[in-house]
Amino acid sequence: MVNLFQAVEDPQATAGIWAVLADIPDPEMPYISIVDLGIVREVRWQLNLLNVVLTPTYSGCPARREIERSIRDALGQAGVDALHIETRLHPAWTTEWVSALGREKMRAAGVAPPLAETQQCQTLTFWPNPRAAALPPCPHCGHADTRIQNESSGSRCKALYHCDVCRNPFEYFKSF
Amino acid sequence: MNTLERAGTSLSNYLLRLGDSALIISQQLCGWCGHAPTLEEDVALSNIALDLLGQSRLWLEYAGASMVPAQDEDDLAYRRDAHQFRNVLLVEQPNGNFADTQVRQFLFDSWHCLLLTELSSSTDTKIGAIATKARKEATYHLQHSSQWIVRLGDGSARSHRYAQRALELCADYVGELFEMDAIDLELANVGIGADMAALQPQWQAYVEQVLAAANLVYPANPIKRRGGKRGQHSELLVGVLMEMQHLARSYPGAQW
Repeated sequence: MVNLFQAVEDPQATAGIWAVLADIPDPEMPYISIVDLGIVREVRWQLNLLNVVLTPTYSGCPARREIERSIRDALGQAGVDALHIETRLHPAWTTEWVSALGREKMRAAGVAPPLAETQQCQTLTFWPNPRAAALPPCPHCGHADTRIQNESSGSRCKALYHCDVCRNPFEYFKSF
Repeated sequence: MNTLERAGTSLSNYLLRLGDSALIISQQLCGWCGHAPTLEEDVALSNIALDLLGQSRLWLEYAGASMVPAQDEDDLAYRRDAHQFRNVLLVEQPNGNFADTQVRQFLFDSWHCLLLTELSSSTDTKIGAIATKARKEATYHLQHSSQWIVRLGDGSARSHRYAQRALELCADYVGELFEMDAIDLELANVGIGADMAALQPQWQAYVEQVLAAANLVYPANPIKRRGGKRGQHSELLVGVLMEMQHLARSYPGAQW
């Protein structure tokens, strides 16, 4: 059966869209883009309708509406008339999806990028056992001699660390 | 009422229980914004509240869509009265002092993590997706509250006394967390819901482990207060709702 709404498989058609999206900054971390952050999961055309699939970072992310608005604005300016933004919850967003470029930009901005995600335990584990995990190296001097100062920092996704070598405080984007 | 309709009602009730419990405890935690003992804790509690609010929106959105006629998340959060809320009684207990809040949160988080883990393999894929997402967040919440239980219980004589007292107050509301009523059983039997009664030993083991490190003792023979899941609440919920719903009710359709 011919489905009139089947996706048009043309990578050329979406390359330009990806390029536009790659210029949209994340509202909370303007030094990286929403594509670097890994929240744009899919871009596809259904005839003249463009579908952009987003996976939110955190359930309560306050930037969600703003991200959708900037996507509408940017793509509108790029000449996209019909746009549908879809939210996909599964699979859940993970910091593993942050791109290599995104990690480099974070480091340049003084934020330690997320380490590999720790194994999610299926049973409850008593703190501080999971804390024995690796420490993020300092984004300023690169040394690994750091310690946590607080689980919460300026935003939901970051923790506050201190480097014992260059004695600078820094934020760490928590692996999640 | 045919079977399908009844299942629909059970599902929306079940989703309301999940959404309302997260919503009410989130609203309670917001009360600490600007009042927590340190700036970092203020940020932490507000962020935990934000996660729980986000989770609640996802549950309520789904609950509302499963109702006839359909309701949106705002209708459910702002335009229902106390007897229509389906949250567990634990979450409507007052913030009290800092130890009261952390003990309430610890008992909630430990239960919540187990519940969400179980629901992440629900046969209802939407429930599974929301639970998988929420569980990642709840793991952080549990680490945070467990850490506080140890600091408070194993801290000064005063903090220890406050934490033990809080535990005695909150323990009466734990029974309801593991209670399996007709709706819970119906959904657990078809693989949509979680069998919480079966998870209680695992919960108890974890809680005992943290309490041992905190020099706190789980109260012997707490009573089991229940009814929240069926809309029987204490007047404590009324105060929480008055504050939470004030703006939406006084200025219907307000936008900002």
